[in-house]
Amino acid sequence: MDDRPLSYPLEGTRAWGKSLAGLRSEKAKGLALSAPATVYVGFLVAAPLVILVAYSLWTQTYVSIDRTLTLANYREALTDPLVRHLMIRSILIAAAVTLATVALAYPIAYFIALKAQRKTLWLLLITIPFWSSYLLRVFAWKLILGFNGVMNSALLGVGLISDPLTFLLYNEFSVVLTLAHAWAPFAILPIYVSLQKIDPSLLEAANDLGSGKVQQFLRVTLPLTIPGIIAACLIIFIPTVGDYVTPSLVGGSDGKMIANLIQVQFGAANNWPLGATLSLLAMMSVGFVAILFVLSATGLGRRIR
Amino acid sequence: MTRPSGLVMYAIFYLAFLYLPVLLLPLFSFNDGTIVAFPIKGWTLEWYRQLGGQDTLLQALVNSLFVGFVSAVMATSMGLFAARAYVRYRFRGQEASEALVMLPLVIPGIIVASSMLVLFISMGLKPSLTAVMLGHTFLALPFSVSIMKSAFDDFDVSLEEAAYDLGSGVVETFRRVTLPIVAPGIVSSLLVTFTVSFDEFVLAFFLSGNQPTLPVYIWSQIRFPAKLPNTLALGSLLLLASVLLLVVAEYFRRRSTKSTL
Repeated sequence: MDDRPLSYPLEGTRAWGKSLAGLRSEKAKGLALSAPATVYVGFLVAAPLVILVAYSLWTQTYVSIDRTLTLANYREALTDPLVRHLMIRSILIAAAVTLATVALAYPIAYFIALKAQRKTLWLLLITIPFWSSYLLRVFAWKLILGFNGVMNSALLGVGLISDPLTFLLYNEFSVVLTLAHAWAPFAILPIYVSLQKIDPSLLEAANDLGSGKVQQFLRVTLPLTIPGIIAACLIIFIPTVGDYVTPSLVGGSDGKMIANLIQVQFGAANNWPLGATLSLLAMMSVGFVAILFVLSATGLGRRIR
Repeated sequence: MTRPSGLVMYAIFYLAFLYLPVLLLPLFSFNDGTIVAFPIKGWTLEWYRQLGGQDTLLQALVNSLFVGFVSAVMATSMGLFAARAYVRYRFRGQEASEALVMLPLVIPGIIVASSMLVLFISMGLKPSLTAVMLGHTFLALPFSVSIMKSAFDDFDVSLEEAAYDLGSGVVETFRRVTLPIVAPGIVSSLLVTFTVSFDEFVLAFFLSGNQPTLPVYIWSQIRFPAKLPNTLALGSLLLLASVLLLVVAEYFRRRSTKSTL
């Protein structure tokens, strides 16, 4: 690497000579190399969307599909109290999961970024469990929280409770707990990154200007990590609204979410047009809430600062 | 010292919370009883022994390995070229392309699954392992791209220039200079994308038809209490496999980022 400066002039003249042609071929190379991935993902995002929209405008008549365009599915979905109920519950559960996960993860990210001695080891320890199958982790929670499950039998054995706790499984609580566990690293990592980026001299300046530890955190550290918090919230909220496995396994009847209804339409109910409509509506609701959240969070971030 | 030690306590509790479910499956898979509760009745390997004789399970395993292998190769080859383009070249639409390729990470699983089912059926592709492979390649691509990007980030371009100056062609330079240097990144990407596919459930549930992958098979077993001990044993083996694969992947990823230092 030491002879690098010596080779610069040479590189310079060579690049100068063929700069125009080189630039065009560089652009072409970049486009060509990235094309397979871009086209693949682009196609599998756009094409299903188009077909989903088409299906949502068709109707299911027993075994065949009636291809006259109609908004009947949307009318049915928007007036059905069950759909509205599940949609609102999915969004509320996802919001609760997001809040719980980020709140629980923040101290950990703070600890690893600013206090821990062996950062890499801690980061590794936190990510390892999440490389195991999601299905199996949710299944494990079902076994832990069950009426005759691990938690109840352990608490009974120790003598902390005399009857098994019934509020542990098959409700919103178990869904939120399981999802808060499942998404933990996705909250820790973005917040950790934003904490890492904070310039220590800013904290020193706050200190010199006489602010206490709490004030320092609230007025310097927290506002500077808002981008990380927003990223964490979006990464968790968006997929959680459409989660299928957790509500199916630990949700019971009180914890069912919109994904369960969508699956029924594509499975047992065999009403794909309605399923497509619900998918689209779910996507739109998620997008709407996410945009609302980003706007208000950035606004709030500016006000704190 | 009270504040930091409070944080340390919290961190340890948090780790316990993270590891609780992952460690309980293996613990109870050795339990000599069919109910998952304390106290543990005794220790046995019976549940593991029984796994060997289940043909549908073995077929599901073969399906999963096959799907995982093909998806890993497809995602990694596309990721390799895309990452190289992103790191090495500047071109129009680059930011849009980079953002698009990351999109599969944030679309809710049920929406990917239902919309792909509808698309594939419309294109005449029945639910099958092929459909699952196409779907898993889509899901695994962002992982491959980000791993390969970090591999190319540390790649010294002057090495390639030297090869060109010494008279190597594009293909030869790629094969003899570029490829060996980013090889650890490729191995890491293959292992990670394989694991993503191997563990994926929702998409496979929608797209696999009558050829279940291992997670789909496990899903079908979960509702039978009598099958519980076997499912635990199988699940524990899967946990172990995933963690081992990723530790190896992490080893290669680190080698790839240090190799040019």
